[in-house]
Amino acid sequence: MADVRDLYQEVIFEHNKNPRNFGVLEDHNRHAVGHNPLCGDQLTVYLRVDDQDTVEDVSFEGTGCAISVASASLMTQILKGKAKEEAEALFQAFHDVCTKQREVEDAPELDKLAVLAGVRDFPSRVKCATLAWHTVHAALETDEAGAEVTTE
Amino acid sequence: MAVEEVGRPGKDLTDADARRLRADFPCLGQEVHGRPLIYLDSAATSQKPQAVIDAVSRFYETSYSNVHRGAHTLSERATDAYEGARARVAEFIGAGDSREIVFVRGATEAINLVASSLGRLQFGAGDEILLTEMEHHSNIVPWQLIAEQTGAVLKVVPINDNGELEMAHFEEQLSERTRMVAVGHVSNALGTINPLREIVARAHEMGAPVLVDGCQAAPRLEVDVAELDCDFYTFSGHKLYGPSGIGVLYGKRQWLEAMPPYQGGGEMIRRVTFEGTTYAPPPARFEAGTPHISGPVGLHAALDYVTGIGLEALFQHERELLDYATEAIREVPGVRLIGTAAEKAGILSFVLEGVHPHDIGTILDNQGIAVRTGHHCAQPVMDRFQVPATTRVSFGLYNTREDVDAFIQGLHQVREMLA
Ligand SMILES: Cc1ncc(COP(=O)(O)O)c(C=O)c1O
Repeated sequence: MADVRDLYQEVIFEHNKNPRNFGVLEDHNRHAVGHNPLCGDQLTVYLRVDDQDTVEDVSFEGTGCAISVASASLMTQILKGKAKEEAEALFQAFHDVCTKQREVEDAPELDKLAVLAGVRDFPSRVKCATLAWHTVHAALETDEAGAEVTTE
Repeated sequence: MAVEEVGRPGKDLTDADARRLRADFPCLGQEVHGRPLIYLDSAATSQKPQAVIDAVSRFYETSYSNVHRGAHTLSERATDAYEGARARVAEFIGAGDSREIVFVRGATEAINLVASSLGRLQFGAGDEILLTEMEHHSNIVPWQLIAEQTGAVLKVVPINDNGELEMAHFEEQLSERTRMVAVGHVSNALGTINPLREIVARAHEMGAPVLVDGCQAAPRLEVDVAELDCDFYTFSGHKLYGPSGIGVLYGKRQWLEAMPPYQGGGEMIRRVTFEGTTYAPPPARFEAGTPHISGPVGLHAALDYVTGIGLEALFQHERELLDYATEAIREVPGVRLIGTAAEKAGILSFVLEGVHPHDIGTILDNQGIAVRTGHHCAQPVMDRFQVPATTRVSFGLYNTREDVDAFIQGLHQVREMLA
């Protein structure tokens, strides 16, 4: 049986209280807004990508539950310096682990993101963990004008 | 135990009674995450007593057939059960005539029915539909849809910091152009009980009909549509200990007689030719197609069950739980109550500083405690109080002070983990 302590690891509390890369990225050239209409969460992801679509810098802001904030915070840390394809591959791996389609051990590239794997036993919380990633995906797919995504 | 053994309308419902009644609800007998389930989400939907479950199974086992159609015995039996339920509903809400009761899927369908039908009958460009800031989305969106089609405009009565209607604004916004006043009896997001008599009286002085969304009221307090004098009243069976998929629209005879059909099909016609069709009188005019036949049967059993306890006793019981919970939660640091109206029913909405409702919901669930988190289909209320979501505790006849104690204890644990 899933224990809620497996979901709420210390790292998650810590990132929720002190989210990294929080705020508007001054010289961003991509951004997108993500909504989770079920719980009213909303976050905006800002990216600065070079002409090869490699992520030079990334930030986020918004409101959400501990899972979505910690996930966004951890995501910004791992995305810096990643090429678009690498970012998309990470998203896929993360999504697969959260939805039990891949085991954590089979996705070593997730590194620190593995602390979020606990959501796999809490299906109603998977969308909280993946909201930031859906939003980055949308931002990478659009031009400067920005995009909107929703988990529903 | 059977409800007849409580069978004491007019008497109080104590925690001991509630504990015994709880045993009538099979779904509440289970453990969740290794803890006895504590169900504090009856405003979303209530659990079902064995009497309702049995009534529905017995109907399928002994009397099921289509209604109003066959000359055979089963069809007559099913029709009697279906129409008997209609008469029981009329009695339950104080409607004088069971032809004023239309069976629908739920409150959502009822409001769509009235908006669409009455809108086509009499809304025109510049006409006004008066709503309130505390309405459930189902009492907002149908009016927006018909407003778009007819050119009517929506007006909104604001609420104050306690979550009460600003009645002075109501007076101001009511006008000769008001074609409909649509208002909730009890707010699902705030618990506020609205001053309906005053609203209906003032609306009628202006010649405007009033639709009351009674979803949260019908399970919690005595409703008398004749006394309220409202033109329409609606509620959903699933929040009143009955089955889901069945709801009630009460409409005054003269309105239902005048209104065009909402959907077309079998059962709602008098005579069909390709040149044109004449429609059946209400309520059949508004019940196109084969209905949810077992739904009213289950609802009938649910109404018998709650009247066996007595709605006055039920209301008092929930009020006591609400007062007890309100006092206890005020002691929890960082709690802000959303909805502090003077007149409230058994619904308690709050936010906890530094902790998102979704996290509260998950941690409480892990202790076997079911609460609702989110915007409660009332996003304008969330905007008004500038919160993305709240956590909501809502009571049913089976809840006790022990449930409240467990919830408060759980909330302290949430704070330890997250705040
Ligand atoms: C106040 C209120 N109105 C309307 C509804 C809609 O009811 P239903 O979904 O049963 O049609 C609800 C239930 O969520 C409610 O609480």
